[in-house]
Amino acid sequence: MAKIPVQFMLNGAEKAEFIDSGTTLLNALRDKIGDTSPKGGCHQGTCGACSVIIDGELRLSCLTLAETCNGAAITTTSGLSQGGVLHPLQRAFLDAFATQCGFCTPGMLMAAKVLLDHTPDPSRDEVVEALSGNICRCTGYEPIIQAVLTAARSNSQNAA
Amino acid sequence: MAIRRGRGVAAINYPTGMNLGGDPTQALVHSTPTGNFMVTLSSVDLGQGMKQIMAQICAETIGVPTDRVIVDTADTDTGPHCMGTFASRGTHRAGNAVIQAAREARQVMLEVAAEELEVNASDLETDGQGNILVKGAPQRSISIFDVALSAHFKRGRSISGRGMFLIPRSYPEKETGAMKPSTCYAHACTVAEVEVDDETGEVTVLTVRNVFEIGRALNPKMVEQQLVGGSWMAISHALYETTEPYYPDRDHGGTDFNQYLMPGPGDLAQTEIIVLERPSADGPFGAKGPGEMCANPQIPAVANAVFDAVGVRIDTLPITPERILRALKAQASN
Repeated sequence: MAKIPVQFMLNGAEKAEFIDSGTTLLNALRDKIGDTSPKGGCHQGTCGACSVIIDGELRLSCLTLAETCNGAAITTTSGLSQGGVLHPLQRAFLDAFATQCGFCTPGMLMAAKVLLDHTPDPSRDEVVEALSGNICRCTGYEPIIQAVLTAARSNSQNAA
Repeated sequence: MAIRRGRGVAAINYPTGMNLGGDPTQALVHSTPTGNFMVTLSSVDLGQGMKQIMAQICAETIGVPTDRVIVDTADTDTGPHCMGTFASRGTHRAGNAVIQAAREARQVMLEVAAEELEVNASDLETDGQGNILVKGAPQRSISIFDVALSAHFKRGRSISGRGMFLIPRSYPEKETGAMKPSTCYAHACTVAEVEVDDETGEVTVLTVRNVFEIGRALNPKMVEQQLVGGSWMAISHALYETTEPYYPDRDHGGTDFNQYLMPGPGDLAQTEIIVLERPSADGPFGAKGPGEMCANPQIPAVANAVFDAVGVRIDTLPITPERILRALKAQASN
């Protein structure tokens, strides 16, 4: 079967790849492009581990066909740190002990980033709502919620 | 028909590790040419923090900062023998093995330093910052970096050690059946408050107050992290999660997250964690195993709280609305 060319921006860098039609963005990122930060948990859109940001919106990469992403700007957890400096969310997750096995963490970070991009000073309920599509086995969620609230506060202090 | 409130309590003793046929773990420690220390294990870090704890234990024993220790885990093809990471045994079993291996490596390190400083090894001490000093004359010192270089390139010594910790198999006494399945026990107690809707059978957990006695907390923040997550997981097991809702019948068992109830961040009870430290006699620096026990007492506490609220004993998990309504119906017909 003929391969399909696909081209998009990934974390600010141009990427181009030939893929089979029907390849999910998750598999294209992990197996073709080599960005393994999105995790394949359920492969059916119920766990949130594969979450990425496409043109500013939170998307499940396991339910997104790569061929629909031509020309898109995609952000993954790999793109959060800049020059070895952790993103405020990553820093907050570390400080709050908000990760254990780490499998849900990239998806949590993506969901939290979209929230803070749209709502810089969220309430606790807004954080819970934003994370509600992502499940976590280890942490009991509370440390993650606290980390997102802390990152929001540190962002607003930096902006002030 | 009303929302009824109840409160339940439960306490547990929880064994650290198990003893079905002897319970061994081995560790190897060696220095790199520049005086960092490598701990080799077959135990697994699956997020509970094994690498961090073993680095702390090795560093404390040898007398170097924790960031001078590298922990290599989880290759059972090449690593020394470990029974595995389960039964809350990792810190206790592997930690004791690492202490033994690190002590042997420390002894070789001090012997090499003694040759360099022309003193007896028994007259040397470490400062915890990467240096070896002569006791009472700290101006005479050598860095562990230089000791390692000397051992590797000048004196032909391997700064290394072997550790083996074994809880031997315990057989039951013939007369009494008594045996010793474990050498130390962690303890926990939970008080849970719930609301039960006696019309729908739904349970809402309002508060979960836990106290855990876990020996020495070798890394207090990681212990807290484990206990907070474990407490929530137990509530999830008490009320929601099962692969066999009609056990032993597999019908209607969830096969994915559409059918398997996995609570999200909106389903949290107010949770309190208190840690008591009563060091164990045979644990590494007094540690016990907090791993599994952190998700145990909450489940019977919730069951007792449901009984307190609506007067029915649910003895099958999870405590679903269906089970509560069936029990209430049976109670009414008696």
